[in-house]
Amino acid sequence: MSTANTAHSVVEPSLMTKRIAGAIVILYAIITMVPLAWIFLTSFKSPPDSISYPPKIVFQPTLEGYCNLFTTRTRQTPDYIQSLGAPTSTCDEITRNRNMVIAGPSNYWPRFQNSLIIAFGSTFLAVFLGTLSAYGFSRFKVPLADDLLFFILSTRMMPPIAVAIPIYLMYRQLGLSDTALGMILLYTAVNVSLAVWLLKGFIDEIPREYEEAAMIDGYTRLQAFRKVVLPQATTGIAATAIFCLIFAWNEYAFAVLLTSGAAQTAPPFIPTIIGEGGQDWPAVAAGTTIFLVPILVFTILLRKQLLRGITFGAVRK
Amino acid sequence: MAEIRVKNLRKAFGEFVAVEDSSFTVADGEFLALLGPSGCGKTTTLRMIAGLELPTSGQIFLDGEDVSFNRASARDIAFVFQLFALYPHMNVRKNIGFPLLSQGVPKVEIKARVEETAKLLQISHILEKSVSGLAGGDRQRVALGRAIVRRPKCFLMDEPLGTLDAEFREVMVHELRELHNRIHATTVYVTHDQHEAMAMADKIAVMNHGIIEQFGTPQEIYNRPASMYVADFIGSPPMNFLKFTAGVQKGARSVLLEGVEIALPEVHQNLAPGELALGVRPEHIRFSDGSALRGSVYGAEYLGTNQIVAVETGKGLLKARVSADRTFKIGETVGLELNSEKLSLFECASGRAVLSSLHTEARHG
Repeated sequence: MSTANTAHSVVEPSLMTKRIAGAIVILYAIITMVPLAWIFLTSFKSPPDSISYPPKIVFQPTLEGYCNLFTTRTRQTPDYIQSLGAPTSTCDEITRNRNMVIAGPSNYWPRFQNSLIIAFGSTFLAVFLGTLSAYGFSRFKVPLADDLLFFILSTRMMPPIAVAIPIYLMYRQLGLSDTALGMILLYTAVNVSLAVWLLKGFIDEIPREYEEAAMIDGYTRLQAFRKVVLPQATTGIAATAIFCLIFAWNEYAFAVLLTSGAAQTAPPFIPTIIGEGGQDWPAVAAGTTIFLVPILVFTILLRKQLLRGITFGAVRK
Repeated sequence: MAEIRVKNLRKAFGEFVAVEDSSFTVADGEFLALLGPSGCGKTTTLRMIAGLELPTSGQIFLDGEDVSFNRASARDIAFVFQLFALYPHMNVRKNIGFPLLSQGVPKVEIKARVEETAKLLQISHILEKSVSGLAGGDRQRVALGRAIVRRPKCFLMDEPLGTLDAEFREVMVHELRELHNRIHATTVYVTHDQHEAMAMADKIAVMNHGIIEQFGTPQEIYNRPASMYVADFIGSPPMNFLKFTAGVQKGARSVLLEGVEIALPEVHQNLAPGELALGVRPEHIRFSDGSALRGSVYGAEYLGTNQIVAVETGKGLLKARVSADRTFKIGETVGLELNSEKLSLFECASGRAVLSSLHTEARHG
């Protein structure tokens, strides 16, 4: 192999290009990872460590943040604490060291459950409705299809805050304020536009001959859709589901405005965690860390589909 | 197995008429090829028979039953698509068995019938393979297997050989015809390739602009083209046309072309003076020095056993298929003799063939 051959390759990037590209990617990864790593570290710090300056990188890890996240505590006199029996758990012990006792569970777990129900519920609905509508737009002559599709897309053109007040008033009238159903409907409405557009792209790529073949093979259109189209659209459906889930999971503006109690999700709850004398940063960091886990797991499981979802349409099979 | 009868079938997509007033019958066990250029309405006709498109007007009968507006799934028809449409998420066995599954055939019987079909098509060894890795010919066979496994009333095929390479296409043409000879299924086959149609079909319908120009056996279509379009579409090189202006009387046995009298089959109709075209197949032209019809050699294409010689006459370029023995010099003056029994006469204005003894005599040849 002569050097001239390798040097003149047009399609293969040169070694130098690869190195520069690699360095940029690694740098970008570090920049995005640092805040996450900092939150993770902070969640294991004691409150004084978390606000010390200069920031501590090496510290004595403690579960105090997690204990404070899941409990409410009351201050007691050392005498009273002395009079209690042996601590029943690690958290009990940590709390007593701060001259406090555990008064009961905090609202974090119910808020986290709300987040799960609302995010997964709205994702399921948005993907379900989106798949059916996208199939309809892709395969049938829908009157005014282009206008309808544009209208669906246009629902995403305004920032949520622009419609927040009308929705707030509507929800109060309808009794949907601070209900899980209300939040599911709202997030579904926002996500369905994304789902229709994404999925239409995926379904357009599936040749209609497959359904026609299935219909000739004796299946109804709905059966053909289920047995032939759906299995081939799984990549697209998975990618769409994760986009919808990330939106619904992270949504803050509507959640702050429309939920305050029973249906409050985790994002508006986490910043309200107050400790002794101000923000309890380790508890906030612990809440954030736990909050990241479901989306992290989901994303890792579906990363291939997600990648294809991002680049969809760019590469044809 | 069944007879397919199509009556006054019409399909319009908005302003565009894809199929206009089509009527034909495919007898039980017959192989019909719908032949024509792309956009001529052949695929639309096929899709209407299948139930994938609904006719704008007209009727389709399967074994006498009007199925014009029945669902595709209710027609008991098999369809082989151009790109085969093998379900990518199923292996070969599941693909072939899929139509049986919809009919609720017991699993044991599905297995038996899939294996029997695979044996017939000689694809038993690939039953467990994924369809995505198959070569073109095997994909074709799997698609055929899916069609024949449930023993449908008839087969519809939409250019099933269109994506195969030339060498393989010939093999599949033989396989398809052999398969037809064995199972005698009524078949409608759409193609734009005249060789495929000629080699396989019992009957050919030549279509153009949504209209069936001619319906008949390959021999009829080749030897007695009903229109200039058919004459030009079939044959390679196609039929030569010598245009001239004249009137013709019923019973005439010759025409005058540039003062040269040319004999032809007895004309059976009267024609007012107008532009006519004499149609002659390349193989019906001989070189004869004594002939009054003369021209100069324009070029020759050597084909091994024979050659195509283009001759410039006063009436246009004529292509003759002659033996490869003789070498022609470009510009050389030659005399041409036309086989008078095989000549066709057309009316240029309508493009239709003029009736002659060619159409009434010997159905063969």
